[in-house]
Amino acid sequence: MARLSKLQTASLPDAVLDRRQAVPALIERPGDFLMVAGLAGTAWELSALTHESPSLFGLGGAMGAAPMMGLGLALAQPKRRVLVATGDGELLMNVGALATIALQNPPNLTIICVDNGHYGETGNQDSHTGLGVRLDVIAAGCGFPVVHVINTEAEMAEGRRLVREGGGLTFILLRVKEGPATHDGKKNLVPHIERDRFRAALLG
Amino acid sequence: MAEESWPGAVYDLLRAHGVTQFCYVPDAGHKVLIDRSLADPDVHSVPLTTEEEGVAMVAGADLGGQRAVLLMQSSGVGNCINMLSLTQGGRFPFLTLVSMRGEFGEGNPWQFAMGQAVERVLKAMGVIVLRAEQPADVVPCVSAAITMAFQSGQQVAVLLTQRLIGAKKF
Repeated sequence: MARLSKLQTASLPDAVLDRRQAVPALIERPGDFLMVAGLAGTAWELSALTHESPSLFGLGGAMGAAPMMGLGLALAQPKRRVLVATGDGELLMNVGALATIALQNPPNLTIICVDNGHYGETGNQDSHTGLGVRLDVIAAGCGFPVVHVINTEAEMAEGRRLVREGGGLTFILLRVKEGPATHDGKKNLVPHIERDRFRAALLG
Repeated sequence: MAEESWPGAVYDLLRAHGVTQFCYVPDAGHKVLIDRSLADPDVHSVPLTTEEEGVAMVAGADLGGQRAVLLMQSSGVGNCINMLSLTQGGRFPFLTLVSMRGEFGEGNPWQFAMGQAVERVLKAMGVIVLRAEQPADVVPCVSAAITMAFQSGQQVAVLLTQRLIGAKKF
């Protein structure tokens, strides 16, 4: 039987955090941000976290869109802070976006990758990060000036500070165990309704 | 209009209509627009690693109230297909200028498959296609596309045809 082995270079410890607590703990004040959340778990959990705020554009498809939507938004709104939250699978699908974003270096953009190491919506297959690919190293290699990895509660305080204070373009890898995301928000994300409510709240 | 002046006129037109985010995968057909955007302190000039990044970026710009344009070669259209579900489903204004390969006088056999599929692929994903065949077509086509995208909220591609830009010499 074909099996995928963990990379010999895999160097991060096993994830221990539960995303249902870790994501709200990291993003203490979601109201400070314009937000884009990638499909699917992060869109649900940010929708729940923000009580379906119109300052959140949640994706239910277009896998790989979230970081670049965040870039377009951050460049368009330089006086606002922009937060992208997305999963490891969504980020990996357009991982070159990290290079594109780093070249622009928007100081008001923070990207949080909620990395559970799995494709949670499709049968929980191992993702590349679950087998040892290091997105934090990729982000640093692309030129992100601030990169922070949260493996345990011990790294959470610095993560919270970075999210709160925003010292330039930031990539945070939040490593979480397998398991469900909080899903008590909207049942469906209708893209044109998401767009209209986001723009109405921001632009009037 | 002089044959060589349309690229500059297109840049001026885009700027006059408030386009401030220019994203692109480089192509010879877009050289003037790319160089103008790089020299313009009032715009963001954003090189992409793949064209689909630009589709998402255009949508993000719209969320923030700015106008963007995606510049790409015909081969890049194929890299955008699923991402166009974002612009179609979200009814985002979407403007792209596509420099064509794989058609009139093409000398590289690799270019034909995608070049010949461009119009069908774009239309299949809800993008309206305008073709500029001659220098005199370009500004009217881009002007029409600007209105259709930013006033009417449509997704529009202007194909800068190979007859217009000339087949690449090998």
